[in-house]
Amino acid sequence: MGRVAFSSVTKRFGDVTAVDDLTLEVRDREFLVLLGPSGCGKSTALRMVAGLDAPTEGFIEIGDRPVNDVEAKDRDVAMVFQSYALYPHMTVRRNIEFPLRSRKVAKAERDKLVADAAGILGLAPLLERRPAQLSGGQRQRVALARAIVRRPQAFLMDEPLSNLDAKLRTQTRAELVELHRRLEATVIYVTHDQVEAMTMGDRIAILDEGVLQQVGAPQEVYDRPANLFVARFVGNPPMNTVGGQVVRDGAERHVALPGGDVPLPPAQAKAIDRVALQSVVVGFRPEHVTVGVDGPLAATVTVIESLGHERHLVCRLTDGQMVIARQPADGPAPDVEREVRLGVDDGRLHVFDPLTEERLDR
Amino acid sequence: MRGTALRPRRYSRRVREAGLGYLLLAPSIAVFAVFIFYPFFKNFYLGLYRNPFFPGQPRRWVGFEQYSDVLTSSEFAKSVRITVLFALYTVPLGIALGLALALAAHQRLRGIAIYRTIFSSTIATSVAVASVIFGTLLNPRVGLLPWIGLESTPPILENPTWALLAVSVTTIWQNLGLSFILMSAGLQAIPDDLLEAAHVDGAGAWSRFRNVTLPLLSPTIFFAVIVGSIFAFQSFGQIDLLTRGGPLGDETNVLTYFIYRQLRGTEQVPDEGVAAVLAIALFAITLLLTVIQIRVLERRVFYGR
Repeated sequence: MGRVAFSSVTKRFGDVTAVDDLTLEVRDREFLVLLGPSGCGKSTALRMVAGLDAPTEGFIEIGDRPVNDVEAKDRDVAMVFQSYALYPHMTVRRNIEFPLRSRKVAKAERDKLVADAAGILGLAPLLERRPAQLSGGQRQRVALARAIVRRPQAFLMDEPLSNLDAKLRTQTRAELVELHRRLEATVIYVTHDQVEAMTMGDRIAILDEGVLQQVGAPQEVYDRPANLFVARFVGNPPMNTVGGQVVRDGAERHVALPGGDVPLPPAQAKAIDRVALQSVVVGFRPEHVTVGVDGPLAATVTVIESLGHERHLVCRLTDGQMVIARQPADGPAPDVEREVRLGVDDGRLHVFDPLTEERLDR
Repeated sequence: MRGTALRPRRYSRRVREAGLGYLLLAPSIAVFAVFIFYPFFKNFYLGLYRNPFFPGQPRRWVGFEQYSDVLTSSEFAKSVRITVLFALYTVPLGIALGLALALAAHQRLRGIAIYRTIFSSTIATSVAVASVIFGTLLNPRVGLLPWIGLESTPPILENPTWALLAVSVTTIWQNLGLSFILMSAGLQAIPDDLLEAAHVDGAGAWSRFRNVTLPLLSPTIFFAVIVGSIFAFQSFGQIDLLTRGGPLGDETNVLTYFIYRQLRGTEQVPDEGVAAVLAIALFAITLLLTVIQIRVLERRVFYGR
């Protein structure tokens, strides 16, 4: 059983609360991504599972065993560090072998397991080299091999791709997903890169300032962000968020934004009425913005970023707030510094409470 | 075309820069020449002359005869043996203690800085101070040993069996600060990641020390061994203050003290020729240690990451 559970886990370093009352269950064989900006407590959460930091409050379970009082060496997890943390004085073979030697695995068994792990990661020709003689990508694979060589209950990965160049990162991302499927292992993966989170995770848990913001499947998090932080953090370019007054016109509900009134769909209208708010923050993703001659919002296109397969139109509303629209690259591009009308896909509007920043139509 | 046109100017600039370089080096070359090179060659030259048997007579040129006489003498062999013993007593134990203290002070604990200061404090004591402290502690009337009931006859510093050990203990204590600082610096250079990785990989405290800390510390330890050995071979003050090469004859007569005795004539007629030969021998030993250090450090240079 490779489940990992946090129950009301808090970690404080002096006056700083790194992780604040975290309750989260990572299921057996799940690939869970802990996502958040730097300093959000995601690495601390991971280190507490590894046993490198002790929770100030709360409990951590690995399998069915509470591990608060279990030393790191006895926790039966494997960790891949951002720096890879390879032992520089040992060959690749000795590096991969180290967890087995520490657990007094017999030599014949050890050789077989090392060969297996090296085979899976394509390291067989490099076994007698030292880490200094390897490329960044190769070192990363050695770190992975050292983690998979014995089958631990869970793999903990702390930004393992962040030291790779962009091309290698994309490739390794896919390889890690394949590896996860092949090993049928529980993985807790820490990253600040929402693309990694979206593409690799079975579920994503988003942390900010030590507080868990939302847990869910990537698409679910993308489609229904629980609050403004998640809405702005997941997605690239990020979701547009604009504040405005609620206009009540009979049964209709609009939000008065700089540049025009945007009608609210019935579900959101009901949610606003339920909490009787006077103002809200409206969110809409760049791909749901239409740029044309009709639409409720007046804006000016100021910059066009062309990415080859698509383009991002950076627009300013009448009060200068920025809205980004995403278009396929094959259509005609609008002129820069020209006034346009922006429309928003009806069913794709998100509304948030401006004070609590929570999503209104839960 | 442009390249050929530029070449003469570039050449003259290089010459001018080289000239400036030598000019800037001139002061230190002058200092070295006066205080190092000249005395060294003068010393070598002195060794080629035999001292007169009776004072007042002229020195006699004997070439390398005096070198071979002195270097094959039993007194020289005994002095080298004592010096090597002294190094063996002081260096490994000093490093082991320094490492133990450094490991203890490496913990992230409140108030640990106080211990770090205490552990490194002997670096601020001179050999003379250390010798006076230990001379007092080992004193048979007012010292620590009689106070805790450990007495020997003759008293420890006058005891041929124990004198060298007593001097060694003094030396270990005096060098402990340096050893501690070296080992602490070495420990701090080991990334925490590696020890954490080993911890997660299932290694206990001893295994982490044995398989990660110690191998990564080995360049530092090696450096400390060589520097410590050189220090040991050049120790003089504590011998002079505590035992004067004695207590009875030559039980603590290390090479430096042997040189001093020859030169000052504390045991016989002063003989600067013999002293010069001994000094050259000490130089050769120190040089050998230095070369070994440079060679080995070059070969197994730190594992770049």
